[in-house]
Amino acid sequence: MSDKPVLELRNVTHEYRGRRGIFSQSAPVRAVDKVSICVERSDILGIVGESGSGKSTLAKIMLGLLAPAEGEVLLDGWPAAGMTRRQIAERVGFIFQDPYSSLNPRQTVGKIVAYPLYLRGEGTSAERQERARKILDIVGLPLRFFDAYPNQMSGGQRQRVAIARALITRPKLLICDEPTSALDVSVQAQVLNLLLELREEFNLTYVIISHNMSVIQHMTTNVAVMYLGRIVEMNTSERVFEEPRHPYTQLLLNSTLTVAPGAGVPDLKVDTAAREAMREHPSYIAQ
Amino acid sequence: MLLNVENLNIDIATPNGSLAAVQDVSFRVSKGETLCIVGESGCGKSITALSLLGLLPKVAKRTARQMTFDGLDMQSMSKAELRALRGDRLSMIFQEPMTALNPLHTVGRQLSDVYRAHRKASRREAKERAIYLLKQVGISNAAQRLNQYPHELSGGLRQRVVIAMALMCEPELIVADEPTTALDVTIQAELLRLLIDLQKSFGMGMILITHDLGLVSRIADRVIVMYAGQVVEAAPAAELFTKPSHPYTRALLGSVPDPSYPRMKPLPSIPGTVPSLVSRMEGCHFFDRCPLACDACRQPIQLATIDKDHEARCIRVGKGEIRRKVVA
Amino acid sequence: MTEVVATSVGSSQVTANRSSLLRWLSHGGLMLGLLILFIVVTMAIFASLLAPYDPYLQSLPTRFTPPVWFPGGGWEHPLGTDHLGRDYLSRIMYGAQISLAIGIGTAVVSGIIGTAIGVCAGYFGGKVDSILMFIITARLAMPVVLVALAVVALVGSSLTVVMLTLGFLLWDRFALVIRATTIQLRSSEFVTAAELQGASVLQIIGHEILPNLLNNLVVVATLEMAQAMILEAALSFLGLGVPAPLPSWGLMISEGKDSILFEPWLITIPGVFLFALVLGTNLLGDGLRDVMSPNGRN
Repeated sequence: MSDKPVLELRNVTHEYRGRRGIFSQSAPVRAVDKVSICVERSDILGIVGESGSGKSTLAKIMLGLLAPAEGEVLLDGWPAAGMTRRQIAERVGFIFQDPYSSLNPRQTVGKIVAYPLYLRGEGTSAERQERARKILDIVGLPLRFFDAYPNQMSGGQRQRVAIARALITRPKLLICDEPTSALDVSVQAQVLNLLLELREEFNLTYVIISHNMSVIQHMTTNVAVMYLGRIVEMNTSERVFEEPRHPYTQLLLNSTLTVAPGAGVPDLKVDTAAREAMREHPSYIAQ
Repeated sequence: MLLNVENLNIDIATPNGSLAAVQDVSFRVSKGETLCIVGESGCGKSITALSLLGLLPKVAKRTARQMTFDGLDMQSMSKAELRALRGDRLSMIFQEPMTALNPLHTVGRQLSDVYRAHRKASRREAKERAIYLLKQVGISNAAQRLNQYPHELSGGLRQRVVIAMALMCEPELIVADEPTTALDVTIQAELLRLLIDLQKSFGMGMILITHDLGLVSRIADRVIVMYAGQVVEAAPAAELFTKPSHPYTRALLGSVPDPSYPRMKPLPSIPGTVPSLVSRMEGCHFFDRCPLACDACRQPIQLATIDKDHEARCIRVGKGEIRRKVVA
Repeated sequence: MTEVVATSVGSSQVTANRSSLLRWLSHGGLMLGLLILFIVVTMAIFASLLAPYDPYLQSLPTRFTPPVWFPGGGWEHPLGTDHLGRDYLSRIMYGAQISLAIGIGTAVVSGIIGTAIGVCAGYFGGKVDSILMFIITARLAMPVVLVALAVVALVGSSLTVVMLTLGFLLWDRFALVIRATTIQLRSSEFVTAAELQGASVLQIIGHEILPNLLNNLVVVATLEMAQAMILEAALSFLGLGVPAPLPSWGLMISEGKDSILFEPWLITIPGVFLFALVLGTNLLGDGLRDVMSPNGRN
């Protein structure tokens, strides 16, 4: 069992139905096009791409929120299509981008964190609270926050609550959709460090979706670059960042403004022809 | 000197008491110069920009020792005078293009309206000017775009229109508040490049407000770093990035993931969170999070000159006490 | 702004509580509304203790006694007596019970119906939403007073009938407001989070959605209360509301209309009380919306 990949996508395709008019229907939009991904235990897979690249749709498919039109999703080697919500939730946790809308403003932190256990009917109320306290301590939140409401906390603290909620049921895989893009730089580092620490502690596997190339470079073992629904390049992190092969990957890396005093902003000149060429360019997928 | 602001203070009335959002902030911008204001959310950078344009919300109260635009005293200006200045010699680019554009009017109408509000121009002249500027911001079929509504354009195109609109009257100073944060990275780089090229060719002064240190390092002439309402460090860009002096500046620079850091290892981070401005702080605002804090930091601290044009608000500045690595 | 304010819990929790109290206290309209309602509610609850007379006690010799501030009035009957010599002050006090009962009862009935419809429409969307929206539109097309009149005329009038009739007619605003808010909440990430953890639809609605609808419910409920109280008065005035000896303010106005030229206070006094109660309820509703929405705990 342990040699099976934690998460595997096989030729997953998803289409959004086109906008329906009274007399016509526009062509369906292929948000995810024949994507195959294999995430081994304790990998950190980064998925990068721009808005409209299909990375958010892909995340929804991984979480089982969307059923793929074609292809299949395997969790620990078992098809996710045959699993109940709860069985999926036991294997996959998630962290959303916006810690302001991912926590119910009417519940206390303690309740929010203990809720997944309640839904599974695990333990008594007191035991659940005890476990919530423990996990809050692990993610570095002082106990005084236990009875606080989310809007009494800063963005970074809220994201810690979201992480605690995701981890309380001990899933093996954590899917993080833009986990730090709503946070300040100084807080971003705290949250990224926490994710790395937790990975050691719980032997976690991550899928991190982000548009921030520096974060992806620092945090991942493997990278998949998505463009218009397809994976155009997939390789180990080192290879992708040292030797980007697909023109779109190169463009993404060139657009990333690293600290370089006086260097100016590179003149990229991406016109429609260049975009068209990128679409036609073959993918580089390392096995 | 295009813009001169000295000792700007902004207080915001909240139900919890008055909040000192901006405290004693001073800066200058000359023609063709790019000043970057950097800081995290809640540090007061956006409200500083709004106050320059006289767009503060009613609950905010502004005082400044001096605030002049091209020698004109902005504090004594009437609302009408300010309005005449805004959009003409002084214009602004906001973060979210959709809020800057009126969804009910075509792009062409909005561009011409700005022009005709400030210049005596015929519709025809205004339209020609609009086409010219849309071309300048890299929109190919400009004449057709004039008849489109904002919702028909993509986010990138919309922000181009906003930039064109800001440039309609050839402003002398442009204030850009996170102009590309809402856009995709590749479009971001393209638009920034465009904005900077235009700034150079028009000879405009620019105040760029951002949290993106990479961007700042690349285009700024001068940088001010704000923290909890105060300027903690102000320096020419080259110097700020090579010789950051305030512990906050150092920690902030350190916490950006950089290819030079060992991968998958902890990043240097700043513990804690930005303090609340409601409880007025006597001493250093960074006190709670600073690894070098000591009792002396509880006194009010003034900006101290380190070098020509380089100032920092820290008691250790100039005493050679700041070690290379602030955060281990 | 909230972000700047909300940093360390220990102290900010205290200031948050204090500041929300301050916000309540500094809202003039809200305080005035609360004051009016407090007076009316006290009148209604303690009517049997406060009222100087039995509201049904007739005394023909003292009929049409004017209130104390008119010539011929006296402290015996501070607000005078009606055409049957019943003490007006006592009737006003007992009348408050009826107005409040109608207001609260209708708000509860219509609130339950409207919330159920609004939550279903907003949560499930699609076809369910289309059908429920059609029902809401159909309901909006019905003239409330006319339908209420017809129902009461057919079934016969009693307090319960009026309450239920109005309740079944006034849920539209609840449904629309709750539907809009539910649509918003439905797409928020904390609902997706609960869904992902395997919460059932009922659990999501009960745990994630309903608690976040409370603010809206309270505000709409006060507005519907005011509406119901006016409608009850209107129905009673037309003779099809609360049946006769009961001291409904609307009925009192109706009974006084015959002598409008000679004893105008018979109309103005219940009229002023009705006006004040409706105004107070509306002020409360508006005030609650102001203090609960922007920076409050939401």
